[in-house]
Amino acid sequence: MKAVATADERELIRRVLAGETDLFHELIRPYERLVYVTIFAILKNETEAEDGAQETMINAFRYLKNFRGEAKFSTWLVTIAMNEARKRLRKGKAAAEDSLDATLEDNEGGDYTPAVLTDWREIPLEALEKKELREKLREAVATLPEKYREVFVLRDIEELNQEETAAALGINVTLVKVRLHRARMMLQKVLVPYLKSDTTLRIPAKTQRGGFFRGWFT
Amino acid sequence: MKLDCKHVWEHISGYLDHQLDPELLAAVEKHLENCEVCSAVLDSTRNVLVLTADERTYELPVGYSERLHARLTAAITGETG
Repeated sequence: MKAVATADERELIRRVLAGETDLFHELIRPYERLVYVTIFAILKNETEAEDGAQETMINAFRYLKNFRGEAKFSTWLVTIAMNEARKRLRKGKAAAEDSLDATLEDNEGGDYTPAVLTDWREIPLEALEKKELREKLREAVATLPEKYREVFVLRDIEELNQEETAAALGINVTLVKVRLHRARMMLQKVLVPYLKSDTTLRIPAKTQRGGFFRGWFT
Repeated sequence: MKLDCKHVWEHISGYLDHQLDPELLAAVEKHLENCEVCSAVLDSTRNVLVLTADERTYELPVGYSERLHARLTAAITGETG
């Protein structure tokens, strides 16, 4: 089943195209964050991401008449944002740095091993509260090989579903699943060392799997 | 169905996304009950996702929305005005 633009959005789009251009602001307001984060996660540069987000919205306005209502409007915007990010990445405008590259080998279809950390139960929830850890995650995401990063950004940051992600990237759902899995495993591998902590708070063993964290998720 | 660790790792994402078929799910869960290593891999991967979904991980710059709409207004006026 295909997701479609909502009735409200279709009406807004119709009116914008009919000349009420001010309504374009209302149309895109729910997706401001989506567009910025999509680009930022790829470029990891605030200025570039903000400029890219503005360009994305301007392009969306410019090409609004080409939007076909059979896709979700958000997916269409993400596609434009992704193209904008790719364009800027190619231009090398964004600072692509990092030493993590060496550890993030591209092995789609190949073998891989997650980081095994047997004393995970010792890791406190407080570790997840650390600012530094979020920075490490942003770095790790930004240095994933492009094809994995794109899928991870759309699925796990933007929380698009598999079909929407596949549509936005022009790939099939099976490839979305494979790449998402690889991306997650690569990130797990990179981040596990930073999740170790000196503090001694313990997570009770019975809340480890299932219950507690699943609660966080929903 | 009996799985070794390596097979379980292949299904971590499917497990987290609730996409495993019942037979495979049962086998993975059975393995996880008895395997500290795979439980740790699962938990750490889940924590990466918890952290990813945390709004503080990806924050908007202050004034982003205002600047976006100001630039849009300028662009729209430029194209239609």
